[in-house]
Amino acid sequence: MTINRRHFMILMPAAAIAWQSVLAGTPEESPNYKTSEHWWGMLMDISKCIGCGNCVRACQKENDVPDGFFRTWVERYHVTDYNLENPQVISPDGGKEGFPAVEEDAGKYFFVPKLCNHCADSPCTQVCPVGATFVSPDGVVLVDQKYCLGCAYCVQACPYGCRYIHPEKHVADKCTLCYHRITKGLTTACCENCPTGARQLADLKNPNDPIHAFLKTHKVQVLKPQMATRPKVFYNELDGSVR
Amino acid sequence: MSAFKDAGHLFRFAALFVVGTLILLGLRAHFIPHSFGQYGHYRGDALAEIAAHPIHFAGHQTCETCHSDILDIKIKGKHAHVNCEACHGALAQHADDPTNVTPPKLDTALLCVRCHAASAAKPKNFPQIHAEEHSGGLPCETCHQPHSPAIDAGKPAGGAQ
Repeated sequence: MTINRRHFMILMPAAAIAWQSVLAGTPEESPNYKTSEHWWGMLMDISKCIGCGNCVRACQKENDVPDGFFRTWVERYHVTDYNLENPQVISPDGGKEGFPAVEEDAGKYFFVPKLCNHCADSPCTQVCPVGATFVSPDGVVLVDQKYCLGCAYCVQACPYGCRYIHPEKHVADKCTLCYHRITKGLTTACCENCPTGARQLADLKNPNDPIHAFLKTHKVQVLKPQMATRPKVFYNELDGSVR
Repeated sequence: MSAFKDAGHLFRFAALFVVGTLILLGLRAHFIPHSFGQYGHYRGDALAEIAAHPIHFAGHQTCETCHSDILDIKIKGKHAHVNCEACHGALAQHADDPTNVTPPKLDTALLCVRCHAASAAKPKNFPQIHAEEHSGGLPCETCHQPHSPAIDAGKPAGGAQ
């Protein structure tokens, strides 16, 4: 068969449309990123957190988090004397717009930034009835929002209160550890915008990551170790009153 | 032969079983996404989909490729470790299209105190001020250059020109 002008006129737009879909079909790839080479976590240095709320605002901007919901938030603890059992904890609007003034000499105050702990043994992924949430091969707890039913079992299962049901999408939503950034060699939005370095993204599989030196020389803790979830967010100078 | 005279019942049952199994396998193949189970009990394609979300914060490395003059000032000062977008806001769009998307002007009266307002809850070694007493209402950049805020004894900072 020879291609005459009529065939050509029909084929050209078809080919153009096909080529367009080829160009648009593949999402932005990160060719050098191998999931097997990373194991992500985070380091929180309580002694550096000033409660400015930059992380909360950055997270909401970066991830289009709806108002009143938080993928990361900052709590302010107030502990009087030895009364570790009854700390007063506030987090007005997640600490997004700062905190009210404190009383001087009324015990100790400190800030605790929180987010998904990206547990290695995460209870939230274990209770999902459909396999819509999972620990990725590089250690990030993610939600497949196309597959999620919105049953909220995972919201109940998280011991750290890190999940919520998205008010518009009606599916589970949570911190992705800025998976769209870390797979491109960037740090998370919260770490990028932390002015004091209180938060640092950590790649536990990278032997050159500064976290290893830090963990060797500091006394760090994780939140709720009694839950045996193996969290990967490590807190430096964490007070015993923190829940 | 009499032992097999009712074998037809068994064959019909077996045929029904085979057809049922085929329908089940067909439905299963139809409803389970092809990448399910690629890495584990979830849809493998979800990883690439989540990784393809758009970026809002360009990252300081991107800023510094063009604004190396600011980096030279900043790296010597107290704000060396404060990344650009911590104050300037999310500017990935500006990085993509520097001529048409211009960063908004910043209000130092709001931004500086966000971190530096005094509070007993902040670490003691962090520089903190009571804004009213500290500046008497003058804007911060009268004395402090935000990219390198320490006041040089020799020359006044002279604002953010």
